Amino acid sequence: MNQSTTWERLRTNRDWLGFWFMLPTAAFLLLFLAYPLGLGIWLSFTDARIGNPGSFVGLENYEWIIGDSKFQTAVFFTILYTIVASVFKFAIGLYLALLLNQNMPFKAMVRAVILIPFIVPTVLSAIAFWWIFDPQFSVVSWSLRQVGWIDGNINFLGDAWNSRWSVIFANVWRGVPFIAISLLAGLQTLPPSLYEAATLDGATRWQLFRHVTYPLLTPIIAVVMTFSVLFTFTDFQLIKVLTNGGPAGATELMATMSYNTAILGSRIGEGSAISTAMVPFLLAAIMVSWFGLQRRKWQQGEDND
Amino acid sequence: MTEPVAGARPGSRDDASVGMSYLSTLPQRLVTLYLPLSIIMIVLLFPFYWMTMTAIKPKNQLLDLDTHNPFWTLSPTLEHIEELLFKTDYPLWLWNTMFIAVSATILSIIASVFAAYAITRIRYRGAQWIGGSIFLAYLVPPSILFIPLSTVVFQYGLFDTPFALILTYPTILIPFSTWLLMGYFKTIPYELEECALIDGASRWQILTRIILPLAVPGLISAAIFCMTLCWNEFIYALTFINTTSQKTVPVAIVTAFTDGDQYRWGSLMAGALVGSLPLVILYAFFVEHYVSAMTGAVKE
Repeated sequence: MNQSTTWERLRTNRDWLGFWFMLPTAAFLLLFLAYPLGLGIWLSFTDARIGNPGSFVGLENYEWIIGDSKFQTAVFFTILYTIVASVFKFAIGLYLALLLNQNMPFKAMVRAVILIPFIVPTVLSAIAFWWIFDPQFSVVSWSLRQVGWIDGNINFLGDAWNSRWSVIFANVWRGVPFIAISLLAGLQTLPPSLYEAATLDGATRWQLFRHVTYPLLTPIIAVVMTFSVLFTFTDFQLIKVLTNGGPAGATELMATMSYNTAILGSRIGEGSAISTAMVPFLLAAIMVSWFGLQRRKWQQGEDND
Repeated sequence: MTEPVAGARPGSRDDASVGMSYLSTLPQRLVTLYLPLSIIMIVLLFPFYWMTMTAIKPKNQLLDLDTHNPFWTLSPTLEHIEELLFKTDYPLWLWNTMFIAVSATILSIIASVFAAYAITRIRYRGAQWIGGSIFLAYLVPPSILFIPLSTVVFQYGLFDTPFALILTYPTILIPFSTWLLMGYFKTIPYELEECALIDGASRWQILTRIILPLAVPGLISAAIFCMTLCWNEFIYALTFINTTSQKTVPVAIVTAFTDGDQYRWGSLMAGALVGSLPLVILYAFFVEHYVSAMTGAVKE
């Protein structure tokens, strides 16, 4: 081969070939992800309204939201929601994974059925919860009244703390199957001989879990929980449908507050400031994931590929 | 992943505890396994049971908990579902959802196949770095993007059209499916590709004739998972679409069926039920693919 034409070089050169193959993905991610991400940060420093690009106002939006008591409540509840829901999701999910890992009849079917809450769109199951949490016609209140544990109906979504626990319950309900099935996949890769050896050495059930199962499972737990924390922290759908932030802002999350401010209230600048304020928390979650992955590499004793 | 250690009984490979389950007796298993498992399963499935029950109850029984036991009905009716399908725009919303989900999935799978192949096999300069940044893109949640994205969609002239969703959903789907397909492509031996290169095949021929046929399970996993994500998506659909007839099922059902304080529970539940069924049926056919998509993306 002597003189290769430009076309020939574009067609066969490794880097150019890579470029052509990456083009569709790059186009989507740059136009609809990277650019809006940067634009969002810019907008948070402007006084943009819907239909008006606005001008630079510095940190004014941030000063405004930090002083706003509604924003403080939203931050408080977002953190509470994330921590409480994640802890319950993890505990119940791990317990369920351990149960599903045992030998039992109809094992495959039970595992398939467990995942249904994860498959059904969140909004549609949230509507079912809305009906279950109805102040007057709740089937839960009805059952508890029949048993005689309560006298009046429970006001699930009308009272600040009741509604907080109710939405957290719905979030846990939706998140447990994902965690259980992911952890189950991890459990199935653990070698049975370790358990047999530990049992021969006289380990109890708890010791088996604490010293064999848990350490081997930590890498997967780290990744699964990071995803779970990330999705819980940025949750929108469940709150929007169940309470829409009410009563009196008690269940407002940062995501729903930014929607209400920017889209319904037309104050794009402030809304962007609220969603940009979520980024530091997300970075913290990603760091946890990163360290979890590092640990996994070290445990397997091989290079990352 | 960890290989089974030599000496483990071959029959017990897929289940860690099968080798020792003979140690526990039936009453023990009843308390430690079947009882808690049944409770969790009842809690997980009850909302769907309740959804179905409400959707087939006659109207007079819906709000009357005292004369009729709410947990079942002796006179099931299809009136809510009939009303939903023939007196509202529901079929149209269902069509919108399906059209948008299928289009966005096809676009994303095509883009991800190219990207995943390039990152794992062409290994151009900076491939590692690009792979990492695609993973980071997976971690950018829609709820911090929707505000600037709505102004962008408006600038591009896509606002209130199906294309607003068809073109923005791939930003959620591509990172996920690229990451999943990279895992599948890595398992295909290099030798196959080298043979083809020596025989004079081009990159395109290698991709379509060798890699893709071998990665079919991965493609199915990625595609059905993308479909599910599209069906589930709410915040973009809520923000970018204004016209009622253009909406997707999740958005339409919350905005259209809630007139004032008198919620039409029968229609709402029927709508939620019918909207979930396509996904549940898809899931029933591809359970294994689903699980591998879900866990594959986590494990990679």
